[in-house]
Amino acid sequence: MTTEIDPTALSVFIFFFVLVTIMGFVAAKWRAPKTMAHIDEWGLGGRNFGTWVTWFLVGGDFYTAYTVIAVPALVYTVGAYGFFALPYTIVVYPFVFMVMPVLWQKAKDFGYVTAGDVVFGQYGSRALELAVALTGVIATMPYIALQLVGMTAVLKALGLHGELPLAIAFIVLAVYTYSAGLRAPALIAFVKDIMIYIAVLAAIAIIPVKLGGYENVFNAAAADFQAKGAGSLLLGGNQYVAYATLALGSALAAFMYPHTLTGIFASKSGNTIRKNAVLLPAYTLLLGLLALLGYMGHAAHLTLSSANDVVPALFQTLFPSWFAGFAFAAIAIGALVPAAVMSIGAANLFTRNFWKAYVNPTVDPAGEAKVAKITSLVVKVGALLVILFLPTQFALDLQLLGGIWILQTLPALVFGLFVKWFHAPGLLAGWFVGFFGGTYLVWANGLKPLQAISVGGAPFTVYIGLLALAANIVVAVVVNAATPKTVAARA
Amino acid sequence: MKNRYGTAACWLLVIPYIGLLWVPFYNFHDPVLFGFPFFYWYQLAWVPITAILTWVAYRSMRHDD
Repeated sequence: MTTEIDPTALSVFIFFFVLVTIMGFVAAKWRAPKTMAHIDEWGLGGRNFGTWVTWFLVGGDFYTAYTVIAVPALVYTVGAYGFFALPYTIVVYPFVFMVMPVLWQKAKDFGYVTAGDVVFGQYGSRALELAVALTGVIATMPYIALQLVGMTAVLKALGLHGELPLAIAFIVLAVYTYSAGLRAPALIAFVKDIMIYIAVLAAIAIIPVKLGGYENVFNAAAADFQAKGAGSLLLGGNQYVAYATLALGSALAAFMYPHTLTGIFASKSGNTIRKNAVLLPAYTLLLGLLALLGYMGHAAHLTLSSANDVVPALFQTLFPSWFAGFAFAAIAIGALVPAAVMSIGAANLFTRNFWKAYVNPTVDPAGEAKVAKITSLVVKVGALLVILFLPTQFALDLQLLGGIWILQTLPALVFGLFVKWFHAPGLLAGWFVGFFGGTYLVWANGLKPLQAISVGGAPFTVYIGLLALAANIVVAVVVNAATPKTVAARA
Repeated sequence: MKNRYGTAACWLLVIPYIGLLWVPFYNFHDPVLFGFPFFYWYQLAWVPITAILTWVAYRSMRHDD
């Protein structure tokens, strides 16, 4: 892959980046409320996003720039196993369809802004609220940092080295998110998603033709895997359980994150969410086809210094430079939308579940908006510093742990919507066991998310997030059954 | 509407979990379709299937919000 500056590609890239920046600032006036000085307006866009806005926002927020870079990179390296992202992003929607409208209704009725609010409202426990809110924040921070990794990959392909371009892009993002709140990523998501659709559809239509058809793409990858002695077009017998549990665990975790929940709470109605559960799989189809770019990397005989370069290198090698610039802009802007929503989600958590709970309980909605705006700046600067000064692997490891952590908030957040039996002490004990037990298992496995288990015959590996969730639920049920109601009510 | 959470049609939504999480159903190379081994086109096919099942569940609900 060349890393010389190509004037055409760079011009196209800058044009789109500037366009989106202008949109980010204009967004404050889009569907403008009477006042922006209210956390419902800044942090949830007025809870009034209809079907299409929600589709673009959640689509742009859930299928991140890091996904666009990392999923093909994993498929390029390991083959079929990397494809678990596809079943994951399919089975997530029946779950969203059944659970999220109920959660939305509760948030709407009581004015909740975050997962922490929902849990405190349900169980009246500051400790459980803090556990859920803290988990949300620390799971999101590395996720924001990873968006910067996605952006770095395309900046590198454009010949923009060093930290300055990344820092500029991120500071611009921070400033317009500060002023326009959730309206900024919602408006930008329209442009970003349409650009990503164009870039990916062009890639999956044109690249295989240039490489001799899909059959040839699969065969080239199979030959490379065989020569390398690692990776495969099909799963190995010991990968079945890992594949299925990673898909299920990731799907259950996906909408526990502050950024995805922010998209849910910002919807206009439960029906908006149900309709989106029908319509959002369009992005999944795109992701599944995008994953195949990993195999196309083999068919194109790319020489890569890092697997993360496979997507940028394909565009650079097989497309004219103006289109490569367009695709890189799409990916870079694709980093901005989730990074903005993530920082807003984390800022909402800080404001509602730390600031209001412990620092200033009498803060009014305008004061909340102010605290949230400043927090969103701090969060983004923090993520930038992590990427600039710590090894990328650190963010990757933390993001992996983040998925396991956030999954442990599911019982506290979701169970209460359907059954009234649980109390705070049981759920808190479950969270504690799941969170720390899961972290320990990941650490004991050399920072890998899979635990080997042997039941009688052949050993198999299981996603630790799901194991920890099972332990979490068992502990919650046992402690809940053992705790007298009177104690539970006081906790 | 039997209760406030869902209808009988919502049980259709269990199907994608079975179809996708039981890997022995689809970890094969053949039959190949448009150059795609079975493993790949089978899972891609579940995207529209799941969307349609979800749509059926959606149609079965009363929409009073």
